[in-house]
Amino acid sequence: MRTHGTIAVASGKGGTGKTTICTSLAFVADPPVCLLDCDVEEPNAHIFLNPQIEESRSVGIPVPRVDADRCTACGECARVCQYNALAVVKDRVLVFGELCHGCGGCRLACPEDAITEEDRPIGSLEKGRSGSIEFVHGRLEVGEALSPPLISAVRKAGNRSGLTLIDAPPGTSCPVIEAVRGSDFVVLVTEPTPFGVNDLALAADMVQALGIPAGVVINRSNIGDEKARRFCSENGIPVLLEIPEDRNLAEAYSRGDRLVDAVPGYGERIRALLARSGEVMG
Amino acid sequence: MKVVVSSSGETLEDPVDLRFGRAKYFLSVDTDTGDVQVVNNTQNVEAMQGAGIQAAQTVASQSPEYLITGHCGPKAFSVLRAAGIQIVVGFEGSVGEAVEALKQGRLKPTEGADVQGHWM
Repeated sequence: MRTHGTIAVASGKGGTGKTTICTSLAFVADPPVCLLDCDVEEPNAHIFLNPQIEESRSVGIPVPRVDADRCTACGECARVCQYNALAVVKDRVLVFGELCHGCGGCRLACPEDAITEEDRPIGSLEKGRSGSIEFVHGRLEVGEALSPPLISAVRKAGNRSGLTLIDAPPGTSCPVIEAVRGSDFVVLVTEPTPFGVNDLALAADMVQALGIPAGVVINRSNIGDEKARRFCSENGIPVLLEIPEDRNLAEAYSRGDRLVDAVPGYGERIRALLARSGEVMG
Repeated sequence: MKVVVSSSGETLEDPVDLRFGRAKYFLSVDTDTGDVQVVNNTQNVEAMQGAGIQAAQTVASQSPEYLITGHCGPKAFSVLRAAGIQIVVGFEGSVGEAVEALKQGRLKPTEGADVQGHWM
């Protein structure tokens, strides 16, 4: 069974079972295991892992601070800013920190060296353990639009010695790419519904563009139709596991139980999923 | 006196564009000479964020005393204010009518933004 490397669990559509699969994999894998909950807008893996948080820190992005004595209001900083976060009017620079992506372009462009950077907090990072599982997640501040820097911080905070499991945010845009890129394998969780299949196709395109091998878990596999299976076979993506809708699973999930122990047979399926992922990863 | 008006077209007969940051055009009008200059704002219409800030800099570069528009958010407002421009919001009618109303002293500058920002 695979004991090192990085497996990201992603999906196009939200609510397909990413966290369920990701935390279940963490429970059955041989230590050392590190789970990174990169869904920083709505982290929920901790509900299933119940980790002891040992470390907490603020994460920010560098936003410009302008030294008014050096600034000549030449406007170069505002010209290079792709995010319209700087405005130069009359003899001064206005900084709109909430629009800044922290790229540092303005600091490089300033001919007077008048720009330094200060951190603007966007969220917090918490690190801890649940038994033998190392755990890290991020919490994005409410109203904050920019999650990738926090996701990047969560990924860097993980221990890379054993198996790293990443619980990715839903969708296929920047936050997901930040969460999954550089991983060895992506498990795409879907459901056999029109929304599930539509978003699976988008997610499959995304991981292909990133050059990461992927396999699919079809959750609630006894509902909907055959389109998810057909999509996988037509596109050469292995279906690693199918999980039929099961009231016992739903009840255990709603209590926040460890599904691998609470529901007979489920732990075996997850072990098989981990083994198959390992085979596909090579 | 110089006045800039957000406009949905290139002439004084066109209606004032109710959007400021993503207005199609700005018409810069010199009320003494009757001179009208058209400033295209297409690039900002497509901006992913900060359209108001960018548009405010465009307007400020014309150095008008007044801006007449439909709505103005807080970030654009702070840039325009820093540039010393008086802002009139909520005007509905043509650009020409707006300039005329200002000349007759019927328009009152706003003390603050009249709409919320789009992000926070």
